[in-house]
Amino acid sequence: TSSTKPLREYEVLSVEFQRVETPFIIGIWIFFASLAKIGFHMTPKLSKIFPESCLLIVVGVVVGVLLFQADSVHVSPLTPDTFFLYMLPPIILDAGYFMPNRLFFDHLGTILLFAVLGTIFNTLSIGASLWVLGKSGLFRCETPLLDMFLFSALISAVDPVAVLAVFEEIHVNEILYIVVFGESLLNDAVTVVLYHMFETYSEMGPSRITYTDILSGLASFVVVAIGGTIIGVIWGFATGFVTRFTDEVRVIEPIFIFVMAYLAYLNAEIFHMSGILAITFCGITMKNYVEANISHKSHTTVKYTMKMLSSSSETIIFMFLGVATVNNAHVWNTWFVLMTIFFCSVYRIIGVIVLTALANQFRLHKLDKVEKFVMSYGGLRGAVAFALVLLIDPKHVPLQPMFVTTTIAVIYFTVFIQGITIKPLVKILNVKRAEKRKPTMNERIHERIMDHIMAGIEDIVGKHGNYHVRDKFKRFDNKFIRPFLVRDHRGAEPKILETYSKLAMKDALDYIRRNASTI
Amino acid sequence: MGNRSSLLLREEEIAQIQEATGFTPNQIERLYSRFTSLDRGDCGTLSREDFLRIPELAINPLGERIVNAFFEESGNDRVNFLQFMQVLAHFRPVKKNNPNRLNSRQEKLKFAFKMYDLDNDDLISKDELLAILHMMVGANISEEQLTSIAERTIVEADENGDGMISFEEFCKALERTDVEQKMSIRFLS
Repeated sequence: TSSTKPLREYEVLSVEFQRVETPFIIGIWIFFASLAKIGFHMTPKLSKIFPESCLLIVVGVVVGVLLFQADSVHVSPLTPDTFFLYMLPPIILDAGYFMPNRLFFDHLGTILLFAVLGTIFNTLSIGASLWVLGKSGLFRCETPLLDMFLFSALISAVDPVAVLAVFEEIHVNEILYIVVFGESLLNDAVTVVLYHMFETYSEMGPSRITYTDILSGLASFVVVAIGGTIIGVIWGFATGFVTRFTDEVRVIEPIFIFVMAYLAYLNAEIFHMSGILAITFCGITMKNYVEANISHKSHTTVKYTMKMLSSSSETIIFMFLGVATVNNAHVWNTWFVLMTIFFCSVYRIIGVIVLTALANQFRLHKLDKVEKFVMSYGGLRGAVAFALVLLIDPKHVPLQPMFVTTTIAVIYFTVFIQGITIKPLVKILNVKRAEKRKPTMNERIHERIMDHIMAGIEDIVGKHGNYHVRDKFKRFDNKFIRPFLVRDHRGAEPKILETYSKLAMKDALDYIRRNASTI
Repeated sequence: MGNRSSLLLREEEIAQIQEATGFTPNQIERLYSRFTSLDRGDCGTLSREDFLRIPELAINPLGERIVNAFFEESGNDRVNFLQFMQVLAHFRPVKKNNPNRLNSRQEKLKFAFKMYDLDNDDLISKDELLAILHMMVGANISEEQLTSIAERTIVEADENGDGMISFEEFCKALERTDVEQKMSIRFLS
């Protein structure tokens, strides 16, 4: 402190690292993660074979080993709080904001089936199987039923970060993509509930659990899911409303979008609702209105900032996952690890087969064998599971260190083995690939006509299907919501106008480029 | 009502409709019950008013044109059940092993094309396109903007430079669209 320092001399140069330590280290982390990313893109051979997420984990492990040798891992970079509060929201907001809404709602039934029933099925079956095996003495340790369920709740959730990271690179067709990705987003509600439920149960001890506790668990699922969604939608509408008045101060438009979405996330987390659902639906909702309100430049800013934030978060998460692997608190239990991986894969496959059979009863586009395979194979586990396992209190659950090691093993297995093989497999199985495109004027108009035709036919047949519901929502939106949230509300078909002005702008730019000398 | 209507449909009628449209007997009976509930006059055929009494259809911008498609099939001002089914058959999902006549991609596209083509000359003119845009987009858009949208749409699709969109050009413009998927509904069986 200053009292011990000689005060007489005025120091021209002094070193004070303490004060800047935390932000400096964070800066260094981001810097190195980004450097690593540049590195991969400069070595095309490497990034063709390995998905980026694998390479980032490897870099993380290397850094971890270096830090471990230098004995300076006093700050573990991937703590549950940094993960859930700072690193996860940008990725999910990016996903929700750029969600193909129509595709998402068309397949919502299937997505919900997988996210809710699928996750519950996986949790219960994995937990029960591990417990039964534990009874047989294979793991050479005490395996209480509730602890097993707590573990299976966190390990059975498909991870949105890992799924996005792998699926973005392979470009499978849009239906496959939206089903797997939608599942990974929406299953958060189920995971949060099951996790908190079993955490509380295992603290209470099995003898004191009553039927009411189980019933309130079920009730809390509904509350967590619907509550999170409603919070998100409300913040989404609010964002639309606020941006209605920003036409004089264009520079703060992106701020509202980011801050209000983040507030939606935190707001949901305050009440232990699903923050992931809240921010997803906030993004989905706000996009409809915000895009009509903000300037073209703000829109570009929002787009690139969002992409940048999410991709750097993703980079850092995978790198931290690698770093966090290297420590000396591991409890390796070969059978437990093997059996967990085995059950995760087997029950994923069984779940997909059963649930697609169920979903196909109601679907126009039936999910075929190849799609089922990619769906079960694409069920990657990732950092959400890792952050959740770190949250378990070892005082209540003595097996926690073993769970941590096993979770890391499962993540490595899915990210490395499944992540590396999925690209060639998709090629071998000849999965339909996605084609990126912007709609032409003809497509936009004729497809809207088809929507109206289909809505009309559904009304004639008396079937209240997708088209009917969308038609109703659109009418409601145009009459009661858009006029309040959109500054310059014009006409019932904003998409047609939007496509037109985009194409016109592109034409103008092309014209300028070609005839630069005439201007 | 379901029971009564199924009594009215004879086996051979069902077989005939099944042959003509590809619907299953169950679907036919279901749709027949819908048909009779739309048929207020109980005369076995539907009039224009019977259709337009469906509240959502009346406010559908294309409602009238969709209804017209049924009467075009029948040729007069009443639609019987077979004609009703023949129009609906366009919207059956496409099965891979069964290249059916009414619900092929071509037929689905033809149905959409007819929504524009009022004068049946197999060409969409600028005026026909404008009329549709008017109905869909509503009143708040300036006439000039709608016109330039229509012009742009035609220029984009028009290949032979006649300033109109022919059916071939229409199909070409929708090459990348999954019409089979978009213009199908799952009829409950």
